[in-house]
This record gives sequence, C-alpha cells and structure tokens, in this order.
Amino acid sequence: MSHANVAKAPALAARPRAAPERRTARRSRYLLGALCCAIIAIMLFPIVVAFFASIKTSSAAMATPPTYLPSQLSIESYLHIYHYQAGLPTYLFNSLGVASIAIVLCLLLSVSAGYGLARFKIPFKEPLFLLLLSGMMIPYQALLTPLYLLYVKLGLQQTLFGLALIHTALQLPFSIFLMRSSFEAVPRELEEAAVVDGCNSFETLWRVFLPAAIPGMVTVALFAFVNSWNEFIAALIFMNKESTFTIPIMLVSSRIGHYGMVDWGALQAGVLISIVPCVLVYVFLQKYYVSGFLNGAIK
Amino acid sequence: MSTIRYRRSSAIGLVYVAPALLFVGFLTLYPFAELIVMSFYNSSLLGGSSFTGFNNYVKAWNDAFVWNALRFTLKYTLFITPILMGLGYLAALLTAGEQRLQKLTRGIIFLPVVIGLGSSSLLWFWLFDSQVGLFNKLLQDLHVISAPLVWFGDAELGLWAVIISIVWKVVGFGMILFVAGIQAIPHEIQEAAMIDGTGYWQRVRRITLPLTYRTIMLATLISAIGSMLAFEQFYIMTAGGPTNKTISSVYWIYTNSFTYFKLGYGATLSIILMSIIFAATAVQITLTRQQRDR
Repeated sequence: MSHANVAKAPALAARPRAAPERRTARRSRYLLGALCCAIIAIMLFPIVVAFFASIKTSSAAMATPPTYLPSQLSIESYLHIYHYQAGLPTYLFNSLGVASIAIVLCLLLSVSAGYGLARFKIPFKEPLFLLLLSGMMIPYQALLTPLYLLYVKLGLQQTLFGLALIHTALQLPFSIFLMRSSFEAVPRELEEAAVVDGCNSFETLWRVFLPAAIPGMVTVALFAFVNSWNEFIAALIFMNKESTFTIPIMLVSSRIGHYGMVDWGALQAGVLISIVPCVLVYVFLQKYYVSGFLNGAIK
Repeated sequence: MSTIRYRRSSAIGLVYVAPALLFVGFLTLYPFAELIVMSFYNSSLLGGSSFTGFNNYVKAWNDAFVWNALRFTLKYTLFITPILMGLGYLAALLTAGEQRLQKLTRGIIFLPVVIGLGSSSLLWFWLFDSQVGLFNKLLQDLHVISAPLVWFGDAELGLWAVIISIVWKVVGFGMILFVAGIQAIPHEIQEAAMIDGTGYWQRVRRITLPLTYRTIMLATLISAIGSMLAFEQFYIMTAGGPTNKTISSVYWIYTNSFTYFKLGYGATLSIILMSIIFAATAVQITLTRQQRDR
C-alpha cells in the first residue's frame, strides 16, 4: 500500500510540470537556432565581405568610406593579382611544388617508419619512437637560425626542395604517429595469410597494410598539403627572392604595391585564392581532417 | 603456427625505420644541437664567428628589447588563452548535439582553422584598416563607435585587433577538442542528472566541466604554446608597431637573426624562449596530474 504510493508519487508530481517544461524546451530550441545563425553570420562575415571587395572595381575597393557591397562587378582585382610581379602561375607552381614534394616525402617516410614500428621487434623501439617525435617538442621557429646556416652551406635556400624538406620535418612526427597506429590496427590474421602465401615483408606491406591504411594515408597527405600551403615563417626566410615566393609570401609582398598604395581589391582577391584550396579540402575531406586533428592533439 | 619469420629479424624492422631516423636527425636533431652550440658563439652571417661563452646570455639578460618582447608575448598569451578557451567551450556546448544546424555551425566555426595564418592576418589587416576597413564601418553602423578608430596606431588597440582576428581564426580548434570530450561523456550520466531535475548550467558545472577537465587542460596547453610562438599576426598586422610595442618573442628572434644577421644572438634568444615554454609546460602537466590524483 505505502509502496504503491511511493511509486506513484513521482509520476504524479511530474505531470503538472510537463507542460511548462515542454515550453522551455521549445524556447531553448529557438534560442539554440538563433544563436547558431548569429554565430554563422559572424564567422562568415569576413570572408563574404572580402569576396565582395575582390569583385569591386579597383578604385571602389580603395574608396573611403568603404561599402559592404560592390556597386559594379569587375574582375580587375583578380587580373592585378594574376599579373603581380612574376605572375600568379609562378607562385602557384612554387606553392604546389613545395606541397607536392612534402606530401610525397611525408608519405614515404611515415609509411615506412610506421610499418617498422608497428610490426617488427626492434631493440629500443620506444626510445626510437620518441626520438622520431622529438619535433613535436622542439618549436621549429627556434630551429630556423641553425637551418639557415646549414642551407647556406648546402645551397638549399631559394629551392622548392629545401623548403619542402622543412615542411616535411614539421609534419613528420604527426604522420609517423598516425601511420604507426593505423598499421597497429590491422588484424594479425590478414598479415599471417599473406606470409603463408609466401610474401616477404615488402610484399606484405604493399598487399595487406597499404590498402588497410588508406584513411590514415589520406589524413597524412591532407595535413602535409594544408600545412605546407599555409606555412609562413620558413617560406619568408628561405624563399625571399621575387621568383621563389610561395603564395603567402607573395601576398604579403603584394601589399606594398606601386607608390606605396595598397591595392586592397587585389589583396583580397589574393587572400581568397589562397584560402580556396584549404576550404575545398576541408569541405570534401572533413571526416579525415577532423579525425586527424583529434588524433594529433590527443597524442 | 603464427610464425612470421621475417618479423624476428630486427634488422629488417630497422631498415624500415632508418630513413625517417636519418631525416629527423638531419633536419631536427642536428639543427637542435647546432642551435645550442651557436648560442655560445658570436656568429654572424656577415663576418666569421668566435667563441664567447655565456656572453650572449648575459647580453640577453641586459637587453631591454628581450624583456619587452617576452613581457608582450606573455601578456598576449594571458589575454587570449582564457578568451579562446571560454568561447571555444561555449561554442562546444552549443554545437555538441547531433542536430543538422548544430553540425553546420560546428563546421563553420572550425572553417578558419584550416586557412593560413598569413591569409587570415591579411584579411583582418584590411578589415581593421582605418580608411577602407569594414570593421570600423560595422561598429559605426551598430553605433558602437562614432568615428573610425585607428587600430594599428595604438599598441593596446593593435593588440586587441590581433586578438579579435586570432579568436576568429582559432576558436574552432578548442571547440572541436571540447566537442569530442563532451560527446565522450556517457549519456546515462546526463540523463540521470536530468531526471533529478538539475538545471542546465548546474549540469554543465557539476558534470560536463569536471568530466572534460583533462581535455580542457590539454587544449589550454596547446593553445598557450601556440600563442607564445606567435609571429605572423604581429609581423603582418601591426609590423611590431607602433614604436616596437607589439613585437613578440619569435618576431624579435626573427629580427635579430634575419634582419640584423646576428645568428648567434638569435640562437641564444631561441633557447631562452624554448626553455620558458618547456618550464611552463612541465609546471602545467605536473599541476594537472596532481589535481587528477587528488
């Protein structure tokens, strides 16, 4: 008797509360929607107005006071940035060249090292692994001074390959970490089947491990590309000849235009061109990007 | 039966690891050793180099510019880290759910993280310009200010302009880590608290925050290290000005090494900055461990 009462009591108490609760739930859902929309607007504002500025006529983009919207459409600014100094194709070639070399080097080195670390008995394996990850602990900004001396000796400054080496070194710890865990996740049975078929270690890597670790490799390539494309300070130091600039350096130098006047429209056109590849990569490969991001941080 | 013969041979394993080891040795470990050696030399790109012992360190200790740069970098880090973490956490609370609008918002807040710091700094350099910048116009249209501000004419305003731009650029970094932390909390715990009738902010304070404590500490550490190494935003947006008041530590190292070509001194300054970051990291990790063990 008393038991039944106790059991009923909360149910009875809950009933009159249900209606206002539903109202608060609806209200908080509207609030959530409104907040989300406001945040989206704030986050997109800079990029949208930069785009509008880039399609204004050159003089309209330099007008004071500025306007949000273009009154007249023009590709003038894009032409200006296209013809800046050595021309946009040269700078695109430099940036893409460095990024491509960095991607290839990163993949080769990290797949190989990751395989060795994940699947072989190696003496002092963990200390070696830590040594390979030491780049995560040493800020590369600090290493640029000795690297500069080294590069002067080897004649590697002003070369795409030289800059790509630095970008690879930056990205390698993360890549090795990721490839090692990707290979460790491959089931043992698959490997054994390959060995029974008479595969040697390289054939096993090629036939069994690489196909199984494609998501990891996509993430490695993705990060190598985005970080190389965006990297600034090493490119600023090592690629300081007009013809060897990468895109970010070209943009900074284009700021000091003719007669000390900034060609604001062209600058924003350049900024947009520089962010388009990253945004595309992010939008289409978001899954790899975010997972790689979380993997890298929670090391 | 499960004998994979080649696996016993550690030689083959080493062959696979060797290229990466050589690479890291050549481009990370050797330069690191060289950095330490250089800091004891008076090496310049223009002349030769001579051993000077701790001279560079003594010089740095007495160099007002070094102290200014360190103080400014610390100030920037102390200002921006709480803002980034606080806003990042609020954004994570808002978007950690699985509704489509929440996922879209999350994706858009994270978007600036993938674009380059150089590009975003140039974008905000334009937005903050006192003549053609739309940020002033927006503030005027919203009646926040009556006349355009000269953002980069004043060290404090310049610092805030940089902080605003960097918050836009990297707030998604903390958010995405926090979202992962919040989503890892078992649903049962949240539901149990909801049945108890605990209010939303109470649940955040009593459940969400404590259970994501480690993530918060990790994100704070990564974010603070990043801020201690700030360069692009000041190089591009304030150019260190006005009157050298916004020169960060890496900027000052860059100037010494590559504008004045005092490579030995630049190396010394790099080691000092690196030691400060190491020490701060060690303290932070120890504190986090202690609190967790308690």
